[in-house]
Amino acid sequence: MNRKRNTAILYASILAAGIAAPFVFPDYVTQIAMLWMMILFALTWDIAGGQMGYNSLGNIFFFGAGMYISAVVQISIFTNVRDYTAARGGEQLVLDYGDYFFSSAAGLVASAVGCVILAVLLGRVMFGMRGPYFAIGTLGVALSARELFSTWDLVGGGTGIAMPVYPGMPDEMSLVVYAGYFGLAIATFLTVKWLYSTRFGLAINAIRDDEEKAEAMGIHTMRYKLIAWSVSAFFLGMAGAIFGARTGYVEPMEVAFPTVTFGIFMVVMSLLGGKGTLWGPVIGATIFHVIKEVTWTYLLGWQWVALGVLIIVNVVFFQQGIMGWVQEKWPELFGIEVETVPDDAEEEAV
Amino acid sequence: MAMIEVRNVSKAYGGVQANQDVSMDVAEGAITGLIGPNGSGKTTLFNSIVGYHPIDSGSIKFLDREISDLRVPQIARLGMLRTFQQTRIYGNMNCVKNMLISMPHRSMGFFEILGKHTAEDIEKAEHLLEFVGLYGKRKLMAGDLSFGQQKLLEFAMALMNNPKILLLDEPTAGINPTLINGLIDRLKRANEEFGITLFVIEHNMRVIMNLAEHIYCLAHGEMLADGKPDAIKNDQRVIDAYLGAH
Repeated sequence: MNRKRNTAILYASILAAGIAAPFVFPDYVTQIAMLWMMILFALTWDIAGGQMGYNSLGNIFFFGAGMYISAVVQISIFTNVRDYTAARGGEQLVLDYGDYFFSSAAGLVASAVGCVILAVLLGRVMFGMRGPYFAIGTLGVALSARELFSTWDLVGGGTGIAMPVYPGMPDEMSLVVYAGYFGLAIATFLTVKWLYSTRFGLAINAIRDDEEKAEAMGIHTMRYKLIAWSVSAFFLGMAGAIFGARTGYVEPMEVAFPTVTFGIFMVVMSLLGGKGTLWGPVIGATIFHVIKEVTWTYLLGWQWVALGVLIIVNVVFFQQGIMGWVQEKWPELFGIEVETVPDDAEEEAV
Repeated sequence: MAMIEVRNVSKAYGGVQANQDVSMDVAEGAITGLIGPNGSGKTTLFNSIVGYHPIDSGSIKFLDREISDLRVPQIARLGMLRTFQQTRIYGNMNCVKNMLISMPHRSMGFFEILGKHTAEDIEKAEHLLEFVGLYGKRKLMAGDLSFGQQKLLEFAMALMNNPKILLLDEPTAGINPTLINGLIDRLKRANEEFGITLFVIEHNMRVIMNLAEHIYCLAHGEMLADGKPDAIKNDQRVIDAYLGAH
């Protein structure tokens, strides 16, 4: 009972902090919005990477794909996409509030649905590979997407697509973006929390621990792998759609498919917090984001070195991550029993 | 009625002919045994039946359906389950979770899969753990159990899956002799009470003679003899094969 109350208080205070943050720290709205996005990144990576044992290095693909899908859908509502991109940003769309939010919502929905379809199609091929082959294969998907999009004229090639201008003031837009990422991160957390409590959650753990045994027990391993990746893709696609609108233009190298930054950060954040746990990615993302912002501000020039040291220390000396370490130290908090329980009288000791 | 019909199955690993023209039947509702000296092709035949590898020639039918072109998960979803010679359990989860994973997913719809485990699921898991004598250890990590206990857990997991037939690869190997009688008793009860057909590879002659109603004997990849336990026990060819006369 006490525990239930503590959990309720924890959730309520996170929610309250999330709502209050942009008003208490108006100068940091963008950074805190990025923090929510990082939490979403880590949580979605951990579905396949931590809970199912499929370490993807290419989840960023869905982020970029969602961004492009959303941009194309949003622009195609008002004008011909090919002409628009051919003008190289010369006729940027200026919309009123109604049109802007309607088309953004349409883009958001399309990016979510489109990314789920892409996850199912790509997953059928990718999940035939295991271990390091899967990791390298997915990395290949992300890297080749960069190259393909930068030569695809319909979506503006390397120049990219200029996004419609937000009708209000920039500060107001920051708040809208903040609300979007805050809402998405909360939705992602609640979704994975629920998923891990279902039969599906246990089944993907079984795939991680012994896939061959899971198959031999008749579990639809391929179907479950596709569902897991689809959930990641669903939220990553929408995160990408918002990121495109926020940045103001969509281009393949730095904005849509930042494989060596965001793409690697999602892995690092999950590992730091403890992969395969519910809270690990949240904690890992928060710590990582704070360290990243601080080093960018105070150690400029050395920021990549500092991050590299963090990653090396994490991977070499602290593989279980923060939550993994807590779980080892206080297993009873997680309902794990380690000592021999007294045998019931009628039970034979085997 | 034959639940599994194996007809003229051959399987070679490179130059080694592991199974040569093997035919056999597993009768529905019965306990059938498979014996043979080391390297005689027992596990190869098992693996062929459960779809672990493709066969070179022949036919394997399960409930009148050709299964030699299906793979492990598809065959498992038809209700044919196997345990492994080297026990395979989920070491980082407790026994109850091991049991819950083994729920028959084949008969579940999409929304059932996205549902939580019900009180009945947990009750069934605990009941079966009690059946194999692991109830007192249900909250322990499966990896912390002894080898024999892990075998019992794997057996309970198989029962949790409601299989039509269970293929057991050396269920008593590595188990403490005093426990073997308990295991034989449980295998028989699973067969009688739950109506599960059993097909058992076994090295321990005493065990298989007590357990099986019909026994097949493989030697050098070929079917050497089959019959009732008493007939097999006294068959000169079987005795020769075990003593290495071949």
